[in-house]
Amino acid sequence: MQTNERGLRWLETEGSLTVYLEGDIDHHTAQTIRSRIDTRLFLVRPRELVLDLARVNFMDSAGLGLILGRFTKASELGVSFRLNNPNRHIQKILDLAGMERLVPITVGKTG
Amino acid sequence: MEKNHRTEPAESARTEPRVLNECRLTFPSLSANEGYARACAAAFCAQLDPTATEISDIKCAVSEAVTNAIVHGYRDTAGEIIMTLRQLPDRVVKIEIRDKGCGIANVEEARTPLYTTDPAGERSGMGFTVMESFMDTLRVVSAPGRGTKVTMTKKFTCLPRVRR
Repeated sequence: MQTNERGLRWLETEGSLTVYLEGDIDHHTAQTIRSRIDTRLFLVRPRELVLDLARVNFMDSAGLGLILGRFTKASELGVSFRLNNPNRHIQKILDLAGMERLVPITVGKTG
Repeated sequence: MEKNHRTEPAESARTEPRVLNECRLTFPSLSANEGYARACAAAFCAQLDPTATEISDIKCAVSEAVTNAIVHGYRDTAGEIIMTLRQLPDRVVKIEIRDKGCGIANVEEARTPLYTTDPAGERSGMGFTVMESFMDTLRVVSAPGRGTKVTMTKKFTCLPRVRR
């Protein structure tokens, strides 16, 4: 099932909730994205939460905060968490924060 | 009251390199302007024919500095942010982002990776670390009650024309 809710797209399959993030993630946009993901996470209660970054053009440290925050939320709920398809610019800032030590980063099919 | 406090003798005494191009933007501390500021910086730097990575680095660093001014300098109240973009010789760009907000009491502490004034607020504390890593130089001048000035430089690589 795929739903479209004011710019954020989701895919729910077999216990997995994938959120397709798009555009710019900065301090300005992070707050809205955060509350939408969390609402969805609490409603769906998946086994796994995946943030797909393939369509993210820009991300700064506010995006790191957003990712770490979702990782914490998911952990509290016993939901596993991973990132999918960061482009090389986003990989650079993820590497700077040592994100890979905390969160699995995968490359795979994107919606 | 504090209108003319901005002259910095130490800075004006130093010999500055020749400025080839300069652009100054003043905008209010609205979070919507984070995207505007980094787009302007990217457009200014585009004159130097940078790589995609260099543009991405510039945008990230500018975004961090402007967000700091909005969130920490003005603490989400209204204020003025001044961004000055300068092209210097040898493909160097110098970016200055200044606010007249509350200032930073301990700059060294603020620049520590993962340092945040708001641990519950989902901030990564990586702002200055990003600026430091993605730019060549970073200078932070601040005083409580007098605002903060962040100055960053980056030298763009010289790509052979044939690759374009």
